[in-house]
Amino acid sequence: MAKKQLRRMDLIFANDDDYVEILQRTFKSSNEDIIDEMISSGLKGRGGAGFPTGLKWKLTAESTSKKKYVICNADEGEPGTFKDREILTQVPYKVLTGMAVCAKVTGATEGFIYLRGEYKFLVPLLEKELKRFRIICKDLGLDFKVNIFLGSGAYICGEESALMESMEGKRGEPRNKPPFPTDSGYMGKPTVINNVETLAHTFTIFKYGAEKFRDLGVQDSRGSKLFSVSGDTPNPGIYELELGMTVQDFVDDFSDGDCKAVQVGGASGFLVPRKRFNETAIGYQGKLTGISLPTGGSMMLFNSSRSMYNVLNNYLEFFQEESCGQCTPCRVGCQQLVRGIDAVKRGQKPAAYLDKLLKLTDTMKVTAKCGLGQSVANSFQSIVENFREEMIY
Amino acid sequence: MTDTQTLVKELVNKHGNRRESLLPILQGIITNNRYISEYAMMEIANELDISRSEVYGTATFYSFLDTKPKGKYVIRVCKTITCSMKGKNQILLALEDCLKIKLNETTPDKKFTILETNCLGWCHKAPAMLINDDVFTELTPEMVHQIIEDYKKKGIQEKA
Amino acid sequence: MTKMINLTINGIAISVEQETTVLEASKKLNIKIPTLCYHKDLCVAGNCRVCVVEQIGTKKLVPSCASPVQEGMEILTNSLVVRNSRKHIIELLLSEHNADCTKCYKNGNCELQELSSEYKITNSDFIDLVPFKQYKYDDLSPSIIKDDSKCIRCQRCVRTCSEIQHLSALSVAYKGDHMKISTFAEKPLRDVVCSNCGQCVIHCPTGALVEKNYIEEVWDALGDPNKHVIVQTAPAVRVGLGEEFGTNGKGRVTGKMVTALKRLGFDAVMDTDFTADLTIMEEGTELLTRLKKAIVDKDPTVKLPLFTSCSPGWIKFIEHSHPASLGNLSSCKSPQQMFGTLAKTYYAQNRKIDAAKIVSVSIMPCTAKKFEADRPEMRNSGYKDVDYVLTTRELAIMIKQAGIRFPDLEEEKFDKLMGESTGAAVIFGATGGVMEAALRTAYEIVTGRDVPFTNLDIKPVRGFDGIKEASILIQDPLPEWGFLNGVELKCAIAHGLGNAHQLMTQIISGKSTYHFVEFMACPGGCLGGGGQPIPTSPEIRKKRMDAIYAEDASLPIRKSHENPEIIQIYNDYLGKPLGELSHKLLHTHYYPREMI
Repeated sequence: MAKKQLRRMDLIFANDDDYVEILQRTFKSSNEDIIDEMISSGLKGRGGAGFPTGLKWKLTAESTSKKKYVICNADEGEPGTFKDREILTQVPYKVLTGMAVCAKVTGATEGFIYLRGEYKFLVPLLEKELKRFRIICKDLGLDFKVNIFLGSGAYICGEESALMESMEGKRGEPRNKPPFPTDSGYMGKPTVINNVETLAHTFTIFKYGAEKFRDLGVQDSRGSKLFSVSGDTPNPGIYELELGMTVQDFVDDFSDGDCKAVQVGGASGFLVPRKRFNETAIGYQGKLTGISLPTGGSMMLFNSSRSMYNVLNNYLEFFQEESCGQCTPCRVGCQQLVRGIDAVKRGQKPAAYLDKLLKLTDTMKVTAKCGLGQSVANSFQSIVENFREEMIY
Repeated sequence: MTDTQTLVKELVNKHGNRRESLLPILQGIITNNRYISEYAMMEIANELDISRSEVYGTATFYSFLDTKPKGKYVIRVCKTITCSMKGKNQILLALEDCLKIKLNETTPDKKFTILETNCLGWCHKAPAMLINDDVFTELTPEMVHQIIEDYKKKGIQEKA
Repeated sequence: MTKMINLTINGIAISVEQETTVLEASKKLNIKIPTLCYHKDLCVAGNCRVCVVEQIGTKKLVPSCASPVQEGMEILTNSLVVRNSRKHIIELLLSEHNADCTKCYKNGNCELQELSSEYKITNSDFIDLVPFKQYKYDDLSPSIIKDDSKCIRCQRCVRTCSEIQHLSALSVAYKGDHMKISTFAEKPLRDVVCSNCGQCVIHCPTGALVEKNYIEEVWDALGDPNKHVIVQTAPAVRVGLGEEFGTNGKGRVTGKMVTALKRLGFDAVMDTDFTADLTIMEEGTELLTRLKKAIVDKDPTVKLPLFTSCSPGWIKFIEHSHPASLGNLSSCKSPQQMFGTLAKTYYAQNRKIDAAKIVSVSIMPCTAKKFEADRPEMRNSGYKDVDYVLTTRELAIMIKQAGIRFPDLEEEKFDKLMGESTGAAVIFGATGGVMEAALRTAYEIVTGRDVPFTNLDIKPVRGFDGIKEASILIQDPLPEWGFLNGVELKCAIAHGLGNAHQLMTQIISGKSTYHFVEFMACPGGCLGGGGQPIPTSPEIRKKRMDAIYAEDASLPIRKSHENPEIIQIYNDYLGKPLGELSHKLLHTHYYPREMI
């Protein structure tokens, strides 16, 4: 098979010091035009869930509420993900441009960056940028203030409704949906909440237009995507790649030559074993070749020295601790999975017990209250099904 | 007024006395005291006019809002997958060796506490750890010894 | 007009109002969906996930309690995936739960047990997580036992304590596998703001929160030939007890209850109603005295409005939350404690029994009464005034243990001396009842006439509104009360500590001025008390309330001051209301408490 070179891009981290002009230009367009442009760009949320960004803005814009909010979700907690921190470090103005345009089209007057506590060191830099931006907005006639809200060590707060609970001074427990944030978000007001990278991509759309953005990627996976690459690779780091590539393409570029499996999308994503590298494409839902995986952009490579039991155990302990604990399938399910694979490994439970656990993850997938509990099944099933032997012996 | 009362009052003045101010206030206590005492939680509950158990319930939800005494420097070693693969255990051993305490313990002089934490977001530069808010990446046991020595000296300088 | 939404549930078409949940719509079709965290009294949590159902066309199951109906929705409540998931969830809950059911106080009255039985969870091989947990067991409170090993984290107690009682003595703490229901800093309930109201107990689906029971102690006393064991029964018990025996259709079971107590072996079965009437005499006089001091003497130290003091949950709440207002509380002990003191003084003397041999038991719809009986100041008789407080539920347990077929019992009457009841006393069991009883008596004392309401029914103070207000204009008083001529007596009533908190805030801010305010800790008053049968719901409380007013209407005497035993006790023993002996035996003090 011919080796395909991954198309690397330099859109997000490109230093676009013309951002004030772009902001001015965009502000001249009507709100409807901006939303249409966003929708036609095909941009989908880059946090992992992949909801169309333009639609989110549209829904919030349509609400008649006087008070609305824009929140930038910088609670980047997915294991193996670290791109948002780099965006905020290198090109924070792109994120703020996205927030400002969002505020203009939706009528929001207040914005927040929910920054994970682990990134507290970024606060001084961001504060400076926010101050500058406030003035830029004012000059453009937009009364829009952005503040930083700092997290305090809770993975679940990356879930949008948990994040809002946290901002309201409560435990970060996901809410029942409906209502969705576009109707009733922070403080019960319509709220747009976008991931850092999503907002940075809106800048690309404003600058180059929806058409150019749409030309990147394939089918319904439009645009480029930042990937956080880690694990057994000689070149860990952050890369901007086109969506739609196969895992094989990726491995060819990044592995240390001994790649056994790739975890796509972090602990809540899927493990792709070597035999599936060719048939698995990275994107949202497109049926390019075989399976397609959604992703928050985490790519972890494992070489043949790694025990997949240890990998799974590490993920499960993570979920067991980071579950908010409110819903039964997630709180108790995670504990059963952690203890269950341990019992099988020790021979205290028969190998067939893994099948019971697989069924349990089926239940977790359809009954857990939020994405955390629902997605535990992803890594569990993909690891156990592909590396069953390693779970037992 | 006690020191804690003064601190809580200052934080309330800065962040407001609404429920939404709770996290910033708790974080402010951590910055100053490294942990939130029962007394501090009681004062915060009074100021915000919410129940004490709600303050406790909220604080205990967040890993960084410790409610048990901690050292002046809280070391959090990332234990999530990549750091774990890239030698987290050696880093822990080095720390334990340097400080003569075990994981989850505080040195008798109340200077250092060693904890583990979940993904810090430095997987490409694993293994990583935080000391209070400062990040240290691509650690080796040798580096750990050096970092701790530096912190020990820092303490002496501050005293002087 | 509300929009109607069309959907099908298990293939059956139904049209329901917008905002209806799938759970409610199913109920209309007589389809039962199991629930655990859901409770009619509380906001929807959607955390247990037992009520999940399948919505055709969506991959995830939806929690029926938290999902509003949508046009064209097709719901399956018993599909294979629903059954399997539900079973899994029950198994998971059991794996975290100390499922030693046969040794559990709630055995036979546990929603988890019932579900587990319904789904025949017989061979779950999930790992028992209990040994890995450091579950706490707190039995230091005289009222409530909190056993974390039985907790399923449905948060019904947390929502109860916050939404109904505005106390939040209980909150959710920690996360993940460590998540638990906790007091502040995991202190025992005894040491925190808990009012002991027991609302958490009647809202708990399992045995995680139960009343501290004194059943064995009472059996021991009954079996001791050297003891003279007497019992009093609170007004609300007679409208709740029947529910424990499936006779709730009848509502009131006063006569059967008396018979049952006699069969259990109590030496005298008397009525808290008697001291409820006595409370009216004392508290009514206290109100008039305070009014006189305020209006005639212009005494600036007199505290108005006067607050009722019958509800020990309310008392502990105000001691914690509003210590500056303690002076507004009536100094009257609650009817239970008045009865207790008199049992070991008046009754002992009258019956020529050594008070030391008397064991005084009370049957209460309340768990806070256990705490109240334990208060150190409640020993004016020279002994512990009330030795044991049993809830309505504990009495039901004893009746069952004794093999008494309750529904078939004949009806008997209370014993004399402290067993006479009036309609005024009975309505103490409902919110607004103390107010109504007090007004019936006070108005007549002042004017010599009946209160100006048809059949003595003071309707504005009745019902379930959280805060009620009423006023009576006093005209043409008797000469000695001439100073009250033209005074509009303003009253307010709050039930549930959340409402009490709200009303207190209004009073303290000066926004509302009243003369007399009734506070009850529990929703609906004592009839919705934390010691009443489980389950509870707005409908159940309504039924109990109807029964209370029916009992009131049925009694020949409906005013406290006309109770012949009340007249007798003042003639023979106490002298007059607020007299010296009354003061010594029937009144008490309150103390500020730390707000933890």
